[in-house]
Amino acid sequence: MAKSGNSKQGGFAERLSKNNVFLSVVALVLSLIVAGLVMLIAGYSPLEGYSAMFKGAFGSVDNLAQTLGTATPLIFAGLAMAFAARGGMFNIGIEGQIIAGAFPAALVGAYAQGLPWFVHIPLCFLAGMVGGGLWAALAGFLKNKLRVSEVILTIMLNYVAIYLAEYLANYQFKAEGMLVRTENVLPSAVLTPLIPYSRLTGGIFVALFFAVLMWWFLSRTTAGYQIRAIEANPYAAQAGGINIQRMNLVTMFLSGALAGMGGAVEVMGVHGYFITNMTSGYGFDGVAIAVMGRYSPLGTVVSAFIFGALRAGSTSMNRMTNIPGEFIQVLQALVILFVSTPGIVRMFLKKRRQKKEAQN
Amino acid sequence: MQDVLSVVTSLVAGSIRVSIPIAFAALGGTLSERSGIINMGLEGTMLIGAFFGAVGAYYTGSAWLGLLTAMFAGALCGLLHGILTIRFKCEHVLAGVGINVLASGLTVVLLQMIWQTKGKSAEVASFSNITVPGINQVPFLKDILGQVSPLLILLALSVLGVWFLLYRTVFGLRARVIGENPEAAGSMGINVYRTQYICVILCGVLAAIGGAYMSIGDIHMFSRDMVSGRGFIALAVVIFGGWHPVGAWLGSLLFGLAQSLQYRLQTGSIPPQLIQMLPYVATLIVLVFARGGKRRAPAAEGRHYYAKGEQ
Repeated sequence: MAKSGNSKQGGFAERLSKNNVFLSVVALVLSLIVAGLVMLIAGYSPLEGYSAMFKGAFGSVDNLAQTLGTATPLIFAGLAMAFAARGGMFNIGIEGQIIAGAFPAALVGAYAQGLPWFVHIPLCFLAGMVGGGLWAALAGFLKNKLRVSEVILTIMLNYVAIYLAEYLANYQFKAEGMLVRTENVLPSAVLTPLIPYSRLTGGIFVALFFAVLMWWFLSRTTAGYQIRAIEANPYAAQAGGINIQRMNLVTMFLSGALAGMGGAVEVMGVHGYFITNMTSGYGFDGVAIAVMGRYSPLGTVVSAFIFGALRAGSTSMNRMTNIPGEFIQVLQALVILFVSTPGIVRMFLKKRRQKKEAQN
Repeated sequence: MQDVLSVVTSLVAGSIRVSIPIAFAALGGTLSERSGIINMGLEGTMLIGAFFGAVGAYYTGSAWLGLLTAMFAGALCGLLHGILTIRFKCEHVLAGVGINVLASGLTVVLLQMIWQTKGKSAEVASFSNITVPGINQVPFLKDILGQVSPLLILLALSVLGVWFLLYRTVFGLRARVIGENPEAAGSMGINVYRTQYICVILCGVLAAIGGAYMSIGDIHMFSRDMVSGRGFIALAVVIFGGWHPVGAWLGSLLFGLAQSLQYRLQTGSIPPQLIQMLPYVATLIVLVFARGGKRRAPAAEGRHYYAKGEQ
């Protein structure tokens, strides 16, 4: 499949990041309005829904902790998508890479005995990075070999990862009991909650650190520059002596490594083991988050917090009203569509301005 | 011997049956990609088709009207994709991902609204097989094609129709030129946008028929996320079908074979997870071999075309 990198106005990441934050905010508001309309049509009260959502996300310290804790893996997922996009690739396989990172992290957490926590926890993160990175690099390798779009490859590998992990958790590494899961990780590999019984752990600082690291890598290192050059114009990059195939592989590995850390943080901070279905759509959240953050590390972190709030809020919305939590998916889809079509947002703004002028 | 034969015939019959939804979607994908639009939203469009097929059949009591509802919903999905990618220059992949996520959320919300459940719909009217006169007398063949779904016949007609449209009409020639070089097509006075809109809407209709087959052709209910990756597999089928309608059908049959083998193996001692993995691994493997062919993707696929005076 043809890459979009050679379209008229430069690569897609570049074009998106040129648009300002303002458009992202308007797109989010538009999405909330349209999703509210859908709620209304479906016979629910959007006001009730959104206020329940808001309370669920920010209503108390516990709620806030839940929001931040939910945002933690989402930051990793968003950074993974954003990083690949900055290198000119659509990594739609984040879900699979999270699993490919979570599984080895859970094994290292459960079976590497006698380590102090400050060795054990980084080791689990490392296992997650390697697992997720290799899974993504496999897609990169196949892309280079077959010249097939990475989109299809990463999606197929998602399904393979899901079933493979389910198989391993069901046979070789199954813990005692009814659940399809691995053994508990050892106490030395547990990220303890900062606020009791919440999902919020020190993992969030690791996530923020990696956001900074990604910014530094992309803007301050030669490899980062090369990756961005490929996205901006692959032909010029090649003419400039950059080995595109090798850099594609590096980009995919690092992108997958970020996703894999998201899996590791979930294992160590939330579940304490690998369990099937633990990723619950984080992959596509990552796409929405990165797009809304315009593929910049800072923007990605901010939108991961917003999506963390939406996710945490939608759980309590589902509990307090009877609005199905799947509304969050509708909202998420609208965010992707509105943010990636700045033209629609601009048209909307123009109409409003014209209306105002007509009133004056 | 008789046993082996019956296994083979049931395998072939099964392959044909399970290949139907993928074939419709791949056919649509082929048409849309030939005109330069990558429809990553096939998955979501199929899901919408499956859902509205069931909704239509539920309210009217007729599978045919259900199919019509699905086709209409699919056309809307195609139109939405067109507006996003053609009018607003959205990245094709993102438009597709958006449509997929939207479909996945919306169908569950509507499922809850109509049937008060998040799992599956009530039983709805569905297509019953029709007996093909002539073939049902021929030995062996009668076990495979003696009794077929009307949608299989529709599929055969659609393959023929898309082939005719692409290779035997002026419209098809124009669409193919646009897929290779939209600027050249535009400067020749071809209405690039109109042609692309028609292709992407037809693609939506075809994918939705494929989805509808799953809910009202094969079984008689919709269940949540029932498409489970077939739309993505269809995208791969477009590639190793060489962007040709007949290739798309043959490619789908290969998948059908992988999948009906999967059903057959499920009774054995192999862990079910490994068997469920089969269609996706098969896609990857087939992609490896498909690259030996000389066919290539339309040159302008996935690219945005800016008409004169447009920014």
